[in-house]
Amino acid sequence: MTALTALTALTTPLQAGQPPEWTALAPVFILAGTGLLLLLIDSIDPDTTDSALLAGVSTLGAAASLAVTAWYLASGTGQTGGEITLFAEAIVVDGMSLFFTAIFTSVVVMVTIASYDYLLGHENQGEFYSLVLFAASGMALMASANSLATVLVSLELSSLPSYVLVAYLKKNRGSVEAGLKYFLIGALSAAVLTFGISLVYAATGSLIFSDVAEALAGEGELVGVAGLGVLMVAGGFAFKTASVPFHFWAPEAYEGAPAPVSAFLSSASKAAGFAVAFRVFVEAFPLATIPEGINWVLAFQILAVVTMTLGNFAAATQENVKRMLAYSSIGHAGYALIGLAALSAGGSANGNVLGASMAHLFVYGFMNTGAFLFIAMVERWGIGRTFEDYNGLATQAPVACLAMTVFMFSLAGLPPFGGFFSKYFLFFEAIENGFWWLAAVGALNSVLSLFYYSRVVRAMWIEDPSGSLELGSQPVGLYAAVMLAAVGTVLLLPGFPPVIETAQTVAATLFA
Amino acid sequence: MIIEALIAFTFAAALVTFVLPDRLAGRGAFALSLVPVLGSLYMWSQFDASGNALLQGGQTAFETVIPWLQVAGYEISWYVGVDGISLPLVVLTTVLTSLAIVSAWTPIQHRQSQFFGLMLFMEANLLGVFTALDFFLWFIFWEAVLVPMYFLIGVWGGPRRKYAAIKFFVYTNAASLIMFIGFMALVLGLGDSTSSFALPDVAQALRAGDLGSFYGLDANTLRVVAFAAMFFGFAVKVPVVPVHTWLPDAHVEAPTPVSVMLAGVLLKMGTYALLRFNFTMLPEVAVEYAPVIAAIAVISVIYGAMLALAQQDLKRIVAYSSVSSMGYVILGLVAYTAYGVGGATFQMVAHGLISGLMFMSVGVIYNTTHTRMVGDMSGMADRMPVTTGILIAGAFGYMGLPLMAGFAAEFFIFTGAFQSTVIAGNGLAIFTAAAMFGIVIVAGYLLFAMQRTLFGPFRLDTDYEVGPAPLHDTLPLAVLLICIIALGVAPEIFFSMITDAVDPVIGGVLQ
Repeated sequence: MTALTALTALTTPLQAGQPPEWTALAPVFILAGTGLLLLLIDSIDPDTTDSALLAGVSTLGAAASLAVTAWYLASGTGQTGGEITLFAEAIVVDGMSLFFTAIFTSVVVMVTIASYDYLLGHENQGEFYSLVLFAASGMALMASANSLATVLVSLELSSLPSYVLVAYLKKNRGSVEAGLKYFLIGALSAAVLTFGISLVYAATGSLIFSDVAEALAGEGELVGVAGLGVLMVAGGFAFKTASVPFHFWAPEAYEGAPAPVSAFLSSASKAAGFAVAFRVFVEAFPLATIPEGINWVLAFQILAVVTMTLGNFAAATQENVKRMLAYSSIGHAGYALIGLAALSAGGSANGNVLGASMAHLFVYGFMNTGAFLFIAMVERWGIGRTFEDYNGLATQAPVACLAMTVFMFSLAGLPPFGGFFSKYFLFFEAIENGFWWLAAVGALNSVLSLFYYSRVVRAMWIEDPSGSLELGSQPVGLYAAVMLAAVGTVLLLPGFPPVIETAQTVAATLFA
Repeated sequence: MIIEALIAFTFAAALVTFVLPDRLAGRGAFALSLVPVLGSLYMWSQFDASGNALLQGGQTAFETVIPWLQVAGYEISWYVGVDGISLPLVVLTTVLTSLAIVSAWTPIQHRQSQFFGLMLFMEANLLGVFTALDFFLWFIFWEAVLVPMYFLIGVWGGPRRKYAAIKFFVYTNAASLIMFIGFMALVLGLGDSTSSFALPDVAQALRAGDLGSFYGLDANTLRVVAFAAMFFGFAVKVPVVPVHTWLPDAHVEAPTPVSVMLAGVLLKMGTYALLRFNFTMLPEVAVEYAPVIAAIAVISVIYGAMLALAQQDLKRIVAYSSVSSMGYVILGLVAYTAYGVGGATFQMVAHGLISGLMFMSVGVIYNTTHTRMVGDMSGMADRMPVTTGILIAGAFGYMGLPLMAGFAAEFFIFTGAFQSTVIAGNGLAIFTAAAMFGIVIVAGYLLFAMQRTLFGPFRLDTDYEVGPAPLHDTLPLAVLLICIIALGVAPEIFFSMITDAVDPVIGGVLQ
């Protein structure tokens, strides 16, 4: 906390009145503005393949947004009870929304740097970058949603560009098929979510979270309708976070999509789903006052256990590294769900477990993005995607393989990497809230995950090359992005205190 | 700050070794590894601690506490220090690593800089395990040991190295996670009486009886469940029967220097943690379930020895005999007498040295003959007299011949176990008598194997030139033998500081 306090002394919180309150949304505006700027560049020169310019502009935009977010977080904007609400309370800027925006923007920075090489020689690069930035601004808005209507709109704002991004390699059948699959399930889930929202509206007469909570607390008649609505809303979020039972799209989409897009979706988009799920369930359907009949904690417990187990078991049987990572990312959604599943103890313990879940998503943003970007690099080199194709890769690219080893062991929760702390704190907080068995299931899954993560490591370092490994060029941007992610993953172990402390502080305000 | 300096230097040395060219890596790593040896010997010479680092009134040597992060109201700090239990293990780690590095010069012929770098990386983490006094810090080092071990077995091991490496990795990681949950439940059950993961705080609060109920489990059940979870977690590492099956696989596939580290130091992590956690923090549960634990110990001793008796591979024989020897350690721990627990700690060091010696000499023979099968060779004494002599001396140490470290350790353990009153009516004596029978089997299989491989007319089904081993292969063996005899002749050089630290552990247990 000392670093934060020092920063706070240098800056002043954004107070009501000066400067105008809407500037609290600056991170979103910067993202969206950069997206528009890219469209402008693209319309001036529609056939531009100047990757350096496009990637540079997007990276700068995302980095600026990240910088502003970090500044707001450090200076206490919207925090300690002074959250800033805008647009008739439809949008709220508080510590939690800023924390999640920091996750999205750091992932976007890495993804855009990596895309510089990945997209070389592809058409429509301008559209690619602007879609990434629009999706990111949708995600940032999701983290700020304070009304079910905003939830729906921002969720669609992030989903629609994502569908296109998955199908970006339009001459590749896998990519197009993945995009179609993602789109169909996405449309179905959006319909379910919308219907759920309308049911909640029918039962409570409001879309603003706090009003919904108030109405639910006093409501007796329409509990059944509200309960069904809550369940359907949960379904909508299960899609966005790739949780069971709406996870079927994930392996297909992540496998078919260009690898940087897979990185983007499995890290940032997932975190966005959790951001909005956390806020909706804690603020709009608070456990303390919700009618007895709507026990969503039980639902999330089942969902967490099934999601992590199914994801990990499926990952363990894959032969394709990218698919394995896709399933493992479902498994990690299960871990993050512990944040909601272990609620019910009440008091500060709730903020702690939710905060631990958020901190895990933060670290996950680095290690999972890094892992997918490494795959992007391997794709760039033209090496296959199965474990066997990775055999002996370390002899050709030791530094990149070292980074991938860091990601794999960090995802498995081994020290000395960031994933160790974030995962163990999650288990610890689950135990603290009395959910031993959740922690135990998580631990068993963790062991299983070590098995398949270490398969990648084994292939790279221990196996002998099965064919000739000709790597060709060294992609600068991809290397830089992978290294950025690796350094972040390692530094998040000693640097974990500010992350977990910020996460738990901002999570606690939700329960205040 | 000397502990930090040691750990930091060893990490830095690992990095330096990684980037050294392969032909320099072995020599360079050895030179670098001498610094931790000197550092730990300096610590030993300056050592001034009384009592147990975890218990009230204990004074820790070279202690550092720096707050690190706060989670859910609990403080996590960089907290290191040594007492009479950990210092001998620190010295053992540094000395054995240096010797193992020298013994790797001959057998390791590819990717040397990575191999030696990983050895040093492992050493740094092992030093952390034996000095960390905060649970999370300790757990980081504890888990981080797995990573270099995985590569060391997986890359440089024998034909089934991939299977052995992953089995080792998954087994021990699963055990650690179960232990983690057990310990966390214990800390949370303590409620407000501790606000940190510092092991001394937790140990003292538990000893003071501050354990409350925790989510439906009353204090007594919680104590037993947590004890069981932690015991299981450490038992896999030790290993005891029936969770020992990863060990022979790992040993047989691992290259010799890695086997030395595995048997010499890594197994001690398990017994060290058992002593620090289970037997120091929850003595009443240990006493209550003493018959069960003693039975596990005896089964490990006898069954491990029987398995060793059935092996044809010299290395497997030594590997299974580790299961036996670690069984004695657990027997000594459960006795809860000064000689029992002290002897167990002493046995950790003694077995580290003796098993190191055995693995290294088997390795030296293998380097020359390219076989480890008892049936394939005979009369090695004619061709490799020095190595043979040392191997026999090591075997005698294993059998517990007087004036060897193994004798002193086993004598302490048996004395302590016979004095013990943890089981009413001197019941532990029966277990001890059964365990002592293990010595007979040990003597049996070792003498049998020695006799068939070393003596008689020379025969070897290869066309290799078989002659004396090079000097740099023999020197580490000689150093180890000197250490073993020194500890056997004058056990006091470690034993007095061990008993200083052990006395508080057994204090007040059996009133």
